[in-house]
Amino acid sequence: MKRQFLLYFFFLLVGIAFVARLFYVQVIDKQYKLSGSNQAQQEIKIFPTRGYIFDRNGELLVTNQPAYDLLVISNNVKDLDTVNFCTLLDITPEQFLKYWNRMTKKRGYSNYKPNILVPLISKEEFAKIQEYLHDYKGFSVQTRILREYPRKSSANVVGYIGEVSESFIKRNPEYNQGDLIGKAGIDKAYEKELRGQSGSKFVLVDNHNRIKGPFLNGDYDEPAKPGYDLTSTIDIELQILGEQLMSGKRGSIVAIEPSSGEILALVSAPGFDPNLLVGNKRSVNYKKLEADSINLPLFDRGLLAQYPPGSPFKVINALIALQEGVITPSTQMTCHHGFHFGGLTVACHCSGGPMALRKSISKSCNNYYCTTFKRIVESYPDAHQGMNAWSNHVQSFGLGNYLNNDLPTGTKGLVPNSDYYDRVLGYTGWKAVTTISLGIGQGELLVTPIQLANMTAAIANKGYFYTPHIIKEVNHKPIEDERFAEPKKTTIDEEHFIPVIEGMYDVFEDGTARGSRLESIPMCGKTGTAENPHGQDHSIFIAFAPKDDPKIALAIIVENGYWGSRWAAPMASLMIEDYLHDSISRPKMYTRMVEGDLHEDYREQAIAKYGTDSILNYDN
Amino acid sequence: MSRESNNIWANLDWISVFLYLALVFMGWISIYAAVYNEEHQSIFDTTQKYGKQLIWIGTSFVLIIAILFLSGRIFEVIAFPTYIVSMVLLALVLVVGKEISGARSWFTFGSFSLQPSEFAKFATALAVARYLSLSSVDFKKLSTKLISILLFTIPAILIALQPDMGSVLVYSAFVFVLYREGLSGYLIFGGVWMVVLFILSLLIENTYLAVSIGALSVLLIFMFRKNKPFPLVTGLVGGASIGFVYMAGFIFNSALAPHQKSRFNILLGLEKDYSAAGYNTHQSLIAIGSGGFSGKGFLQGTQTKLDFVPEQSTDYIFCTVGEEWGFIGTMLVVLLFTALFFRIIYKAEKQKTAFSRIYGYSVACIIFLHFTINIGMAIGLLPVIGIPLPFFSYGGSSLWGFTILLFIFLKLDAYQWEIW
Repeated sequence: MKRQFLLYFFFLLVGIAFVARLFYVQVIDKQYKLSGSNQAQQEIKIFPTRGYIFDRNGELLVTNQPAYDLLVISNNVKDLDTVNFCTLLDITPEQFLKYWNRMTKKRGYSNYKPNILVPLISKEEFAKIQEYLHDYKGFSVQTRILREYPRKSSANVVGYIGEVSESFIKRNPEYNQGDLIGKAGIDKAYEKELRGQSGSKFVLVDNHNRIKGPFLNGDYDEPAKPGYDLTSTIDIELQILGEQLMSGKRGSIVAIEPSSGEILALVSAPGFDPNLLVGNKRSVNYKKLEADSINLPLFDRGLLAQYPPGSPFKVINALIALQEGVITPSTQMTCHHGFHFGGLTVACHCSGGPMALRKSISKSCNNYYCTTFKRIVESYPDAHQGMNAWSNHVQSFGLGNYLNNDLPTGTKGLVPNSDYYDRVLGYTGWKAVTTISLGIGQGELLVTPIQLANMTAAIANKGYFYTPHIIKEVNHKPIEDERFAEPKKTTIDEEHFIPVIEGMYDVFEDGTARGSRLESIPMCGKTGTAENPHGQDHSIFIAFAPKDDPKIALAIIVENGYWGSRWAAPMASLMIEDYLHDSISRPKMYTRMVEGDLHEDYREQAIAKYGTDSILNYDN
Repeated sequence: MSRESNNIWANLDWISVFLYLALVFMGWISIYAAVYNEEHQSIFDTTQKYGKQLIWIGTSFVLIIAILFLSGRIFEVIAFPTYIVSMVLLALVLVVGKEISGARSWFTFGSFSLQPSEFAKFATALAVARYLSLSSVDFKKLSTKLISILLFTIPAILIALQPDMGSVLVYSAFVFVLYREGLSGYLIFGGVWMVVLFILSLLIENTYLAVSIGALSVLLIFMFRKNKPFPLVTGLVGGASIGFVYMAGFIFNSALAPHQKSRFNILLGLEKDYSAAGYNTHQSLIAIGSGGFSGKGFLQGTQTKLDFVPEQSTDYIFCTVGEEWGFIGTMLVVLLFTALFFRIIYKAEKQKTAFSRIYGYSVACIIFLHFTINIGMAIGLLPVIGIPLPFFSYGGSSLWGFTILLFIFLKLDAYQWEIW
């Protein structure tokens, strides 16, 4: 064979390989034509509209509003009059420079592509900019979708959205830079449902980035899929009433529908207008709210604040004692201004004298419950077993553990057991009386307002609860979440609830909350004054109504509110009335609650703690 | 046509000239498209690359005329002196050359700069052709083979010191030339086999590869056991291959710089990175791929013009063709080059003197290697190796070098009709 044929063979081999590869790359394979970095066929992202959030009655809580990103193609910017441009944008030249530097440092920045210079300009600001923008070469806008909160309420419930972080994108490649994501509240918990799917439009652009028309007749376009609408369990009118009642005070109101576990109101005070955390004002406002280390407006007290439950917990001890058989409804005890054991005294402000179970609840007798608790623990061969039996009963009310629900945050609280005291005091270091304050809901016990409300719902239901949740419908169809479908049973038999509920009824009729009684609605409740080692006691109240067919159960905590009947009980009564009757018949009580202001107390407390009150900021 | 005429125009191979002119012209308008700038719309604007390229093209035509009117005999005479001057320049550039993007490859005189490695190619081709055509030289002798290999290894080493690995690779073109002159074909097959083994060793676990080669060798030895000395040779080749597989991994990991390793890994799909090392190839493929079947049209390219593709007027000039003229354009370029290679080899075989034949082979093989490496890189078949596309890429040294290279052969081809 002639030697030149090997060369001919190589020439042909390479030629054919090249033509074949070019045919593949240029004609067959579409990936390079649809590539994101292809300038000629540009992909325009279409952001999906995020789902709306309604309240339980169809009132709109969260909706969308357009906002605008100011885009710039750096290379197309010609003779920019920075001073005029800054005036138009209403920013200082320094801010402009900051925006510009931030933009050029972002990943994927290119001189030839539109980059976001100023993100999320509100529609009002944009209206001013719009008509002059064409004077500035290289600048353009893209529409974004932001949240809007027409009721300006329940910021802790609805949450807020913000741009995804770089680190989140790395873990979740389905998100891209600039995408908005729920950062708190329902918007965070239901991100998947609310988000929808972004679509894309492919357009042809020329080498000046001017759009020439759809690419391949839009065959590759994908419309955006809007997110699902959600229906919350919240009753916004009740929620707003709760926020009004709590104005000037710190604390929380949580209301639950006992028959379903649906959260009717979840108030955390002080609150703020969720519209503060929208668009490009978000970071500034967020920093302000975050800096308020005294009022902690970003701290959802309803879910995260832990308090000793105080007297309302006596109801639970009554139920456990009945279940354990250590008392009967007719068990009588006589209070001599408190519980006395050896050198130990727990004082009591009840009217004294002999009393049975029912009266012990309405009068909130400390002696009765210290004794009852002692009996529960001591009914077992040793204190460890007794303590654990008690602890198990308490935990069956959903206390001392996460609720495992659809709220994006929460905390466990604390229900001690024998291990806890062994660890703290040593195995032989304690017995029933050592822990006697558990009998009146003090001591190591810690609960969150939502746990307390849920506990109340379990009492109203006479022995079971549905896990509290915040969303009832997704895409206008009832949720199918098994966590919320099955009732959770407590360890207490139904019959034991009857005398206890009678006692709670008497609390309104002639007990500690008789000032909050309402003729037209039979209510059951229990006042509480949680001892607070850091300052004034907390005002606590739990309640449900109507007595025989409970429609609402709630727990209210007013921090440093002195005693239960001063703030929490009237608020509970007003909440119940408004929810059941849609009106308030006691305007004076309403006004007293709304205008009640504890800031003077908070100021004194701050001075005691920090030596100054200058850190307090009551602007919001 | 009278072949006996002494008229250079009559004896000139106009097919090659046409192919040359077509490639140069396409290159020029591709450079114009690649760096097209609204403020300098005139293709003759000499402040722009396309205007400068036009100057290089014009001066190339002057060189062509000069070469064609020189005596055909002179090239044999100046072969060795040219080679020596060229080697001195290559050595000198390492000392006084200007370092541009990490390589000391350029002499600069004011605004004008010269790349000696572009001229070393035809000088080496002349020297190899001259040496092998000496009547005293017998290619069958080992010393002859070694000296001819040395002739192209010297410039390769000098260029490797700059370093400019792309240009070094081009000197392997001479292996094909020597093969034509009688070098054993096993050398080429061995080279191809080594490249295949090297790539396989990166893709497949070395142990599996070694076991497979071993098993294949044993099978072959068993099948042809009566066919001596086949079993012995197979055993040796198999053993050497296994050794090479393990060595390849070592060379790859220790001898190559990280960015060079990355280029290999990206090509083999072992590494994905569109930001750094993979960026060039990815952008190049987007530019070429976005051209589609018929391209976006002249000056309508976006990828290449918007600086997405790096080195758009030199190493990646092929992208502009792909984007603006589509598959039709790229296929045409591949066809023109392939036709030129065939034409040169065909003509070389028709030469009456060994000098002309060997020189012709050198020309074809050098341009062929440039073509293969440059386009192979642009379409993602080869790792990123910076090397110009002959006649196409922007640059005076490159265009002059290739013009001289080709037209010396065309002159020799035309001249042979004058000899008798």
